[in-house]
Amino acid sequence: MGPRTPTGAARARGAQLPRRASALRAGVWTLSAAVPLGFLTVFFALPVVVLVARGFVTGSGLDLSGFAEVFSRPRTWRLLGLTLGQAVVGTVIAVLLGVPGAYLLHRCTFPGRGLVRAVVAVPFVLPTVVVGVAFRSLLTGPLAWLHGDGTFAGVVAALVFFNYSVVVRTVGAFWAGLDERAEQAASALGATPAQVFRRVTLPALAPAIASAAAIVFLFCATAFGVVLVLGGVGYGTIETEIWVQTTQFLNLRAASVLSVVQLLVVGTALVVAGRARRRRERVRPVDAEPAARPLALRGPGRRRGDVVALVVTALVVLLLLGGPLVYLVIRSLHTADGWGLANYAGLATVRKGIGVSAWEAAGTSLRTAVDATLLAVVVGGLAAVVVSRRPRSPALRRVVGGLDAAIALPLGVSAVTVGFGMLLTMYRPFGLPLDLRTSPLLVPVAQAVVAVPLVVRTVLPVLRSIDTRLHEAAAVLGASPGTVLRRVDWPVAARSAGLAIGLAFAVSLGEFGATSFLARPDSPTLPVLIFRLLGRPGADNLGVALAASVVLATLTGLVMALAERLRGRAGGDL
Amino acid sequence: MSTTLSTARRWRLVGLVGAGGLALAGCSVAASTGSPSTAPSASASDAHPVAGGTVVLVTHDSFSLSEDLIAAFEKDTGLTLEQVAPGDAGTLVNQLILTKGAPIGDVVFGIDNSFASRAIDEGVLAPYTPADLPADAAQYEADGSGSLTPIDTGDVCVNVDDAWFAEHRIAVPTTLQDLTKPEYKDLLVVENPATSSPGLAFLLGTVGAFGPDGWVDYWTALKANGVTVAASWSDAYYVDFSGPSSTGEHPLVVSYSSSPPYEIPEGGTTPPTSAMLGTCFRQVEYAGVLAGAKNPEGAKKVVDWLLSPAVQADIPESMYVYPVDSSVALPDAWAQFAPQATTPFTVAPAEIATNRDAWITTWTDTVVG
Repeated sequence: MGPRTPTGAARARGAQLPRRASALRAGVWTLSAAVPLGFLTVFFALPVVVLVARGFVTGSGLDLSGFAEVFSRPRTWRLLGLTLGQAVVGTVIAVLLGVPGAYLLHRCTFPGRGLVRAVVAVPFVLPTVVVGVAFRSLLTGPLAWLHGDGTFAGVVAALVFFNYSVVVRTVGAFWAGLDERAEQAASALGATPAQVFRRVTLPALAPAIASAAAIVFLFCATAFGVVLVLGGVGYGTIETEIWVQTTQFLNLRAASVLSVVQLLVVGTALVVAGRARRRRERVRPVDAEPAARPLALRGPGRRRGDVVALVVTALVVLLLLGGPLVYLVIRSLHTADGWGLANYAGLATVRKGIGVSAWEAAGTSLRTAVDATLLAVVVGGLAAVVVSRRPRSPALRRVVGGLDAAIALPLGVSAVTVGFGMLLTMYRPFGLPLDLRTSPLLVPVAQAVVAVPLVVRTVLPVLRSIDTRLHEAAAVLGASPGTVLRRVDWPVAARSAGLAIGLAFAVSLGEFGATSFLARPDSPTLPVLIFRLLGRPGADNLGVALAASVVLATLTGLVMALAERLRGRAGGDL
Repeated sequence: MSTTLSTARRWRLVGLVGAGGLALAGCSVAASTGSPSTAPSASASDAHPVAGGTVVLVTHDSFSLSEDLIAAFEKDTGLTLEQVAPGDAGTLVNQLILTKGAPIGDVVFGIDNSFASRAIDEGVLAPYTPADLPADAAQYEADGSGSLTPIDTGDVCVNVDDAWFAEHRIAVPTTLQDLTKPEYKDLLVVENPATSSPGLAFLLGTVGAFGPDGWVDYWTALKANGVTVAASWSDAYYVDFSGPSSTGEHPLVVSYSSSPPYEIPEGGTTPPTSAMLGTCFRQVEYAGVLAGAKNPEGAKKVVDWLLSPAVQADIPESMYVYPVDSSVALPDAWAQFAPQATTPFTVAPAEIATNRDAWITTWTDTVVG
């Protein structure tokens, strides 16, 4: 029996429910859906739609000739090809490398696991301008023999660097709660470990892998800074072209056409991933023990899979992630007169031409991140709860499915489009006598828009795994919707809530795209300050920028380690 | 099951207490915005009979002035100066155009001569000419009606790693033509004019030097001589350039004539780099009152203030450009090691406005292929 079929008892009970209770329930659900929908409509959809519409509406009405014009240029097709190419290749490699990492870091225990998990999370939030300098310095210096500078491979390497942790976390969090009994049964029936993995584990992981791949695809398709810096001058994607056409040429006609193309690409990716996920989604028991066991690398209990996972992950962490990170640390210790901590001492000085010290900027970043996290967790949490439900009415199910895809869109749309769109919509929004365009509050809001999809994607797979019949059984036994949430969903969701909070906080700390359009020059966030320092000549400006990047990386690592700890405590008794 | 629930409750409590504590402690933007910035203006207006209020300065992400100068301005005028920086210089103008019906501020600083005419033609600015406009400023006027007031200038020139040339015993190049000679093959890094403001300035310099008909041939020759193109200034200067604060292999890079003093080593007296003054394009940065400003009087005061001797003297070290008022003394290191070009290449702002996009496209076709 499929999980969507309600039990007879529940149906009977539903019919008997007092009208007031059912109205209340409908009200609560409507409100829960309205908050995230409203937030994303006002701060994401509306700005995008209004700006894109600008490009198609001329004095004399609707003008769609921009499509013919843009698509008649061979350059457009080349940009589209490179966009799809880098996104597909980046996603495939991130998944291939990330799945062994997910296994090692979430299904196995070994000394130092927490540290490795924290390190893995760091690249995701490093400002692209810093990663660009680190990668290019490596590729033109010690790694020049690879001839990777200004190549497709260089761009893809950087994309995998950024997105590896997305796969590890998304798949790992799901894997950790996967019921082991099916694997054990297959094993007992004589399947080899490889067969068990291919026939049992991999299909069970499919929803999480599809979910992770969709997110990574979105990030890769819309990457901006690293593409510009590492791709070389002939390289370009839909995203970089939107940026150039909007900010430099104000050619909204071309930019709007490209934005529509971008939306189509990411929309298609989301739909495909959604299909793949739904086809595979199975319910698993909520009280499955998070199964992690010590690594078995030798002796009679040796598992070949463990060895493979360890080798692959060690190579990725030490070379691909470790290389640029270690390089950053080394260069931050390099000063005008030899090695030392002078660049770190420089973090406290208010530099001429910057206006604030790096520590002050770090304070601004932390304060902004608190607001952004609160927003993202409330909005994203509500959205996840709503989307995790499988309503009986097919129409409602379609609405929920649409909401699910729509929530991820902010990751796949250019920050430029949102930023410029906000200029148009945040002045007297809905006729209110407000001008929010230059409000400092818009910074955490913009960061939350980016963090919400990640919160949802972290919490949702866990919530989805709860058997609908449990909700119905609880309702049958007289539990109010609130009680059901509290007693059925919450204990399971709490396991991923810590991680969601950490992720939202870390994303807010590192966000640069939208922030750079909105941050005040007199109160920059840390990534904005680093960007500004890198725009000024002199070894000490560069040195302090690198030291500040190491501080940002460390902060992120700490946040993620703390989030892990919160999760550990919450899940400990489960 | 009961242990599960109690753990969950405990956890939720931790979360609530944590969030509440953070909010109470003022650890958030929402809790800390508002009062502090408005308080000083209230007290200042007690001392001065000038009307208080806020004036919003829209600028680019490189804007910076000493805090005490801003405090002095607020004290003298009774105004509160609020800054907004929506991006780089190009982004700035395009955002102003997009919002011209309801400007995001009262006054703008940072429109340069490559974007000046577009801003004027789009009707973003309200003409205003300060009473004490320095005599030097006249030569940089963007139009006849005083829509924009020149505040500072900066020369974009090829910078040379002199140490590299001394080591390799090669003569340092001096002109744009030199850069196409075989002895300087593969030595030059420029920025992409589509994504970088100094990159665009250097392209405009070559248009000024070789004329609208000759610049494409020049770039064809540069390309044949192995020019490297970087996406941004920081990329070119900190990765590709062989200068002291970089790790690259290229001893020639497009930067500013003011960059060399910042390369003087600790304890040293001379910079190991210098600017080729025969390759420069002069960028001029303007300020102007925005059309439709809520506080036009305050906006005019900001323009006047940007031309005041104190601000003009602060400009070099805060923003790495030269004050437009040549009677203001430069910092010592600048006077010594950051001379300005005597005859920089120029292109009329109107001509730039008409052709800029086409030039960038042609450049891309020529150099990128």
